[in-house]
Amino acid sequence: MTEKLLTKHFGTENLFRIDVYLKLNGYQSARKAVLEMMPEEILNEVKAANLRGRGGAGFPAGVKWAFIPKDVQKPKYLCVNADEGEPGTFKDRYIMNHNPHLLLEGIIIASFCVGINTAFIYIRGEYEMVAKRLEQAIAEAYANGFLGKKVFGSDFHLEVIVHRGAGAYICGEETALLESIEGKPGNPRLKPPFPASIGLFKCPTVVNNVETLSNMPFIIAFGAEKFRRLGLQNDGGTRIFSVSGKVKEPGIYELPTGISLREIIFNHAGGIQEGKRLKAVIPGGISAPILKADEIDIHMDFDLLIEAKSMLGSAAIIVIDEDTSILDVLKIITTFYSHESCGKCSPCRIGNSWIHKIVMRIKEGKGEKDDIENIIRLASNMVGKTLCPLGDAAGMAILTIMEKFMKEIESCIEN
Amino acid sequence: MIPGLSEKAKNKIKEIIARYPQKQAAILPVLRLVKEELGFIDHEAEKFTAALFDVHPIRVREIVTFYSMLNQSQLGKYHIQVCSNLSCSIMGAQTLIEYLSQKLGIKPGGTTKDKKFTLSTVECLGACEKAPCMMINFEYYGNLTREKIDDILNRLE
Ligand SMILES: Cc1cc2nc3c(=O)[nH]c(=O)nc-3n(C[C@H](O)[C@H](O)[C@H](O)COP(=O)(O)O)c2cc1C
Ligand code: FES
Repeated sequence: MTEKLLTKHFGTENLFRIDVYLKLNGYQSARKAVLEMMPEEILNEVKAANLRGRGGAGFPAGVKWAFIPKDVQKPKYLCVNADEGEPGTFKDRYIMNHNPHLLLEGIIIASFCVGINTAFIYIRGEYEMVAKRLEQAIAEAYANGFLGKKVFGSDFHLEVIVHRGAGAYICGEETALLESIEGKPGNPRLKPPFPASIGLFKCPTVVNNVETLSNMPFIIAFGAEKFRRLGLQNDGGTRIFSVSGKVKEPGIYELPTGISLREIIFNHAGGIQEGKRLKAVIPGGISAPILKADEIDIHMDFDLLIEAKSMLGSAAIIVIDEDTSILDVLKIITTFYSHESCGKCSPCRIGNSWIHKIVMRIKEGKGEKDDIENIIRLASNMVGKTLCPLGDAAGMAILTIMEKFMKEIESCIEN
Repeated sequence: MIPGLSEKAKNKIKEIIARYPQKQAAILPVLRLVKEELGFIDHEAEKFTAALFDVHPIRVREIVTFYSMLNQSQLGKYHIQVCSNLSCSIMGAQTLIEYLSQKLGIKPGGTTKDKKFTLSTVECLGACEKAPCMMINFEYYGNLTREKIDDILNRLE
């Protein structure tokens, strides 16, 4: 049995209620951090834990916090990324629904460490019920003196505000998220400057994913070393894998970082439905380039997946079986990107919509000889030519499908 | 104030604005509230919001047209949003969308004549483990089949 630190108590009835959470030693880590530790000490622990961001990019959380300038007069902000828009991903919903206080504890620890007095939880608009649950949990935390003016009776004060999105995938990108909170359309900003120096309302800002922050209580309670030992040395802890598609038991699986993709699909998620054959797997949300069935003996490690020309991303595993046509996969991916491109950068806006039109035409049985060449040319022209990684992700995802499944696409055009 | 906004909503707007360190951050929450109250956001509502936040109406327009949940026309009493993204499609979402389309006599994007249902297809709803799935207003329904859809729709007033 692998040790679980995020989903451990998910089976406990009414875990989302503060009285139940407190009985399980809840809020002990945040209390310890605020009352017994120096911010520097917390930072060192989080750095030593080698906790890499769970939102997609895998940036080490401790390093990110250390980028926040110490001696500025401006307020600093924490923005919790609960947008969870990456298709295939649903783990943050589970954390917030089952264990909202775990996230709040993480928020208190992060805010105290960095010197933040206002935190926003940016939650996707569709998660209305989850947002209500969070608000309820926040109200309970205020009532217990864990949030508000004197956190645990100390001089530290912290406000937490739930901010609902309104339906836009791009708002999960950290700078688009900031624009959205500022009351603007969610168009990504040019980086640098990074949010750590100029973020929300032009103030230093930390943006962290829900799962990233939910690891903090464990790190404070048991220390960086124990956290590292749970997973990979350079990527400590566990990960919640969202597994969906044609597996027997879709769902979330909290497993050590670095576990093999085959093991997740076949040992944990029960293998492929109806005894069908595996065709392909998308290992990190729809933005991650596809892997063929013979490429799944790979460890779910940020660096190894990059070597394999894919991406660990949000650790959302989408399993595709032999009955699914690759042209349909391509159609869905291009529909998604042409719809969700914010339109700011031309290669992404125009590239995605043209590719989508070509794919739809092939789908209608009107494919032409130079379609493949055109798709590849358009996709190549997105990669590396856009402000935010959406264009790269779209380009790479499309190019990889074209490369690995060329024959199948060709036959769709010929027939 | 826009006509049709309840006293409760007006107070709620004040409350929302007070919550934020910068007033403009309250624009999106206020627009969401207005949408919930009136069902959609028309030009009047845009102008009202612009005045409230002291910005040019075009700024509000930009926001309203950017976010898909800020619809600009009246939807049916029940907004059925079926996920058409990858995991749901692998599990048969397309045939269910066609089934719903036939059953309601409308294409995705359409509203029934009696204004009871609007049918939309949407990107991943973040519930792929229950694929194929849909949302009706804010309620999620997963592991859908035709029979299940019949059953769910039958129970809606
Ligand atoms: C197009 C796009 C969409 C993204 N969507 C999300 C999202 O829904 N949730 C998330 O946590 N991060 C998302 N990210 C990653 C964020 O930009 C950012 O890296 C992350 O929130 C940082 O938190 P972490 O370091 O804790 O992972 C997205 C990035 C891009 C480019
Ligand atoms: S793909 Fe349908 S909910 Fe995620």
